[in-house]
Amino acid sequence: MAEQNILVFLPVLPSGELVGSSAELLGAASLLGAPVGVICAPVGQGQAAAQAAGEFGAVKVFIAEHDDDATELSAPALGAVAAAWEQVSPEAVLVPHDIEGRDIAARLAVRTRSAVAADAVGVHRDTEGVVAEHSVYGSAFTTESAPTHGTLIITLREGAVDARAEAAAAQVEQLDPVESVSAAAASVTGFTENVEASTRPDLRGAKIVVSGGRGLGSKEGFELAEQLADALGAGLGASRAAVDAGYAPYSLQVGQTGVTVAPELYIALGISGAVQHQAGMQTAKTIVAINKDPEAPIFDIADFGIVGDAFEVVPQLIETLKAKAQ
Amino acid sequence: MRIVVLVKEVPDSYGERRLNLITGFADREASERVLDEITGRAVEAAVSYAESAEGVEVALLSMGPESAESTLRKALAMGADSAHHVVDPGLAGADLSLSAEVLAKAVEEIGYDLVIAGDVSSDGTGGLVPTMVAEYLGVAHATSLDSVQITESSVTGERAGYGGTVAVQAQLPAMISVTERLPDPRFPGFKGIMGAKKKPLEKYSLADLGVDAGADVPRSIMLSVAETPPRTAGEKITDQGDAGAKLGEYLIEKKVV
Ligand SMILES: Cc1cc2nc3c(=O)[nH]c(=O)nc-3n(C[C@H](O)[C@H](O)[C@H](O)COP(=O)(O)OP(=O)(O)OC[C@H]3O[C@@H](n4cnc5c(N)ncnc54)[C@H](O)[C@@H]3O)c2cc1C
Ligand SMILES: Nc1ncnc2c1ncn2[C@@H]1O[C@H](COP(=O)(O)O)[C@@H](O)[C@H]1O
Repeated sequence: MAEQNILVFLPVLPSGELVGSSAELLGAASLLGAPVGVICAPVGQGQAAAQAAGEFGAVKVFIAEHDDDATELSAPALGAVAAAWEQVSPEAVLVPHDIEGRDIAARLAVRTRSAVAADAVGVHRDTEGVVAEHSVYGSAFTTESAPTHGTLIITLREGAVDARAEAAAAQVEQLDPVESVSAAAASVTGFTENVEASTRPDLRGAKIVVSGGRGLGSKEGFELAEQLADALGAGLGASRAAVDAGYAPYSLQVGQTGVTVAPELYIALGISGAVQHQAGMQTAKTIVAINKDPEAPIFDIADFGIVGDAFEVVPQLIETLKAKAQ
Repeated sequence: MRIVVLVKEVPDSYGERRLNLITGFADREASERVLDEITGRAVEAAVSYAESAEGVEVALLSMGPESAESTLRKALAMGADSAHHVVDPGLAGADLSLSAEVLAKAVEEIGYDLVIAGDVSSDGTGGLVPTMVAEYLGVAHATSLDSVQITESSVTGERAGYGGTVAVQAQLPAMISVTERLPDPRFPGFKGIMGAKKKPLEKYSLADLGVDAGADVPRSIMLSVAETPPRTAGEKITDQGDAGAKLGEYLIEKKVV
């Protein structure tokens, strides 16, 4: 039997680069069949992105290019995925579980009357077809789901799949410029590019994550977490209370309503460890917590807990690590 | 103008949340059921707009078990005008497609200019229902908004996009969903709570909405469910002035740094 086509939506950044989750989306697709990428990009940017998709394992890539002034929300990307779907009759469609990816999956599922698996943390195949794996209630439970029949549309949680596909010489095909396919669409009236030129690794894929909480007391205090993150080459995270207090941007929030991370090492500074925070980090391999309160629930799940003041412990830790590095 | 807010009852995330290991459904006995915080923010957005404009009516819609009625009453106390509850045994274990179809049918039945939902529910973490409802209704979606401005004819806001922030605008009728960047839901006062008891609360069955839960369309089904062993605590020390050094040694020894 020929390998089944697995369609993968690959978003691009304003720079024309593929977004960070592309390698893992194609890696997940390669576990199921032949990864076929779909790229929707401004005119002139598709080829380079398609090349990159090949390096991540796409055997075929559809490019739909649009004018820079494409102003319909989600509609161009949705049109591109729908057109590629027509051509390759995929057994499964993978999209990132981010805002845009979810919108595409949702519209596509209703339009094609397909089953959908949301927020999958893994995929595999059993004798009957594609199976999606889920992590429920903040990793307390794992479940598997499958479609009764037809194509399965899957939104894949970022940072959850380690598998990577071998590079392929992608066959590239241009799709016709997509017409608006939505009955009605919202308009995009502006775009402000993120300026934060962070040199830190992205929180989601980082091997080590250092997170700060309300216990760091202020925006200046939060710099303690930044210093430790930089000393370790780690990604930076925050609790919701730290985000609400303005110490860190929302994009760094770890937890039930933020990012879910599963690094080798997670260090929590001044974080009490509410269940909603634990939901986003309790599958880390090693958890370290520094907290003044010996009763803080974070200690229930910490492999190494220090009851103490983060402002005293962390500088000494940084010194110790520096001494070792020399 | 009528705003329909999609409110959801969920197991309280402060308590222990469990899945039944045989059925895979939420174990309703395990934890208290509450209004999902994010849908509280959606109600807040609707009610605060209604207070600032003439002739705005706020209707709440929930699909869920019998218990959802008391959650709807609590949300009514925040200042909404009516509540609508879809409850039917055929909805046990409904997948996203069926849920969205049912909600869309009910929204049409109620009548709407704007529908407001939460971006992602805290029990399902799907974040798909709002846009699926928009597709069923044939209206624009503007989802995961971090800020919202409503007018008589349109809704605008901002949301996170790839590498930046996107400003969006939709003409009504439209479907939006909001993130936790929006203001906290208000606490209903005594007057609100008393008033809520007299507000209309209408029930709908699948037959009322003309939805066939058993239709032969692709559905997502659960194949297995398992419990993850809980994490246990390891070493815990109290800082005596040398904990930073000890932690450094621990990390070096474990080869994690
Ligand atoms: C629906 C819902 C969703 C939520 N989603 C999230 C989420 O995604 N992520 C999240 O994080 N939270 C989430 N929360 C909030 C969560 O319940 C907690 O309120 C939050 O995690 C608390 O953050 P914190 O630990 O930083 O603050 P606190 O609970 O205030 O803890 C601060 C800690 O710092 C310690 N401390 C103080 N000073 C020092 C010092 N000098 N050195 C060391 N320790 C010190 C204190 O002992 C205390 O334990 C959610 C809540 C709800 C209801
Ligand atoms: N059963 C339901 N009843 C009412 N609203 C719902 C229901 N399920 C989902 N929603 C709405 O859709 C939003 C996102 O849910 P979800 O797609 O399940 O993550 C929620 O915040 C609600 O506003």
